[in-house]
Amino acid sequence: MHIVVPIKQVPETNAVKMDEKTGTMIREGVEAIVNPLDLYAIETAVRLREQYEGDVVAISMGPPKAEAALREAVAMGCDSAVLLSDKAFAGSDTWATSYVLAAAIRKLNNYDLVICGERATDGDTGQVGPGIASSLDLPVATYVGKIEKFSNGYCRVHRLIEQGHEILDVKLPAVLTVVKEIANPRLPTLRGKQKARKIDIPVWGVDSLKVETGRLGLNGSPTRVVKIFRPKLARQCQKHVADDDQAVVQAVDKLVAFLQQKQLI
Amino acid sequence: MDYKGVWILAEQSRGRVQRISHELLTRARQLAHNRGTDVAAMIFGHNIRQSDLQELIDRGADRVVAVEAPQLEKFLPEPYAACMLKIIADYKPEIIIAGATSTGRTLMPYVAVRANAGLTADCTVLDIEQETGNLLQTRPAIGGNILATIKTPSHRPQMATVRPRSTKPAAKQHGRTGEIVRLKAPAHCLESRIKHVGFIPNESEHSLQESDIVVSAGRGIGKAENLPLVQRLADELRAALGASRDVVDRGWLSYPHQVGLSGKTVSPKLYFACGISGAIQHLAGMQTSETIVAVNTDADAQIFSVADFGIVGDIFEILPVLCERLKQAGSRQ
Repeated sequence: MHIVVPIKQVPETNAVKMDEKTGTMIREGVEAIVNPLDLYAIETAVRLREQYEGDVVAISMGPPKAEAALREAVAMGCDSAVLLSDKAFAGSDTWATSYVLAAAIRKLNNYDLVICGERATDGDTGQVGPGIASSLDLPVATYVGKIEKFSNGYCRVHRLIEQGHEILDVKLPAVLTVVKEIANPRLPTLRGKQKARKIDIPVWGVDSLKVETGRLGLNGSPTRVVKIFRPKLARQCQKHVADDDQAVVQAVDKLVAFLQQKQLI
Repeated sequence: MDYKGVWILAEQSRGRVQRISHELLTRARQLAHNRGTDVAAMIFGHNIRQSDLQELIDRGADRVVAVEAPQLEKFLPEPYAACMLKIIADYKPEIIIAGATSTGRTLMPYVAVRANAGLTADCTVLDIEQETGNLLQTRPAIGGNILATIKTPSHRPQMATVRPRSTKPAAKQHGRTGEIVRLKAPAHCLESRIKHVGFIPNESEHSLQESDIVVSAGRGIGKAENLPLVQRLADELRAALGASRDVVDRGWLSYPHQVGLSGKTVSPKLYFACGISGAIQHLAGMQTSETIVAVNTDADAQIFSVADFGIVGDIFEILPVLCERLKQAGSRQ
């Protein structure tokens, strides 16, 4: 089984602090990590490789420092990695990102499955997985919570939707986007870390891929960010401090009266 | 560019039009008004009920195009994409909005790549830029820490998804008229490399998004063993049980309970936050609730900035007293 796992390096969003005056993100001291939801994709791919043999290639489009994310993927068990990095890729939206990742997967040529995380925690779009599938003209199953079996060139998966689990037979090659339910990501092993330190990670730019330059980066992106601002949070909260038994009873009384007045109880 | 009209992707299940379609009509009517154009709905399925299609007209569509075939009964990315691409080719919509549902979030990016269209996910605000007529799409990013306004200056259609329950369904107006077109899907639109082989419905019908009252637990509960405390309040209020991402990440409650940007968006009459600090990622999923009550030990917790009523105190002291009072109030009625 040959598997490609596209991953993304993201800022640790829980740690993001905003500059209240300028409304911009304070990037200093914010760690760059592998998109947490991509860890499930890596784990799924590595488990399939352990079961069916073959290989797992991690790819990532990003600046040169995104190499660190790929090394972590190798430490978790991916066999090799390719970094897609070029100034021409900068400013890509999900359309242009899907286009470049698809071009890289096409160049890798030999693959049965492309496994993606459900979304990245920074952009939060979930559009690149289906975008890659569309660009490669492959079938896609999103929100996959379980891979049941492989038979006759099909892969049977459980797709988590609002009302339950759909069971689908998906013809290979295919793109899957996976959710947390699928597996618990492993920690890198010592041997994995050693391999990750030494492994050579090729960098593919525009010249290495069959792409139309007009479709890359900001110029190739249909969408434009025109404004970034802080969400406004505004409600007049009546706050009651309940720091002893009596205050607790009083606060609860007021709350019950408030809920009754709003006809909520 | 001769693209025009605001289109929604209406969704059906077993031939019945789903609520999200009516919510999208609320958005579409507003946009069509600002753009000076009409609203149309596309829907893919099999044997869709005629009265439900008429209801789309009643709730604000001027035209409904239903593409039908037995193979379209359930969502499959390839045939649904082929049908949407056919609509784009035949009708040239200027704007297409869909629900950020498992269907919308899969179909829209698949189509956008083929149609060379711009797509923005999970928009909270949609508007028209008066000078240019472009669609302005505002959405949370970076874990909800920022809002970004995005537009698609030179590609058509402009595509966007919006979260379910982020608007009320458009009201019915009796006597509204419009055109209903039922088309048989052409055979070349029905090829699929994916087959449905089964379905397992959710065990407990998770009513989080339908519930009038949601009681949610945050990291302040300390450990999974303390959940019954919050569950008891939920029971007293006949509420659904929600959770912050922290609680789900720690495995104290399962993912379907998660409220927030990476979980569900809820908009109940009452949202009761227990031990939730109010990370923006959480607020993004509940701040449209009609009334918000928060209990937290930290007086500066961000949750209080979106709450209508707050108690600064320990949930372990407050919840038992509150449950007792609610019980008394309930038995008196």
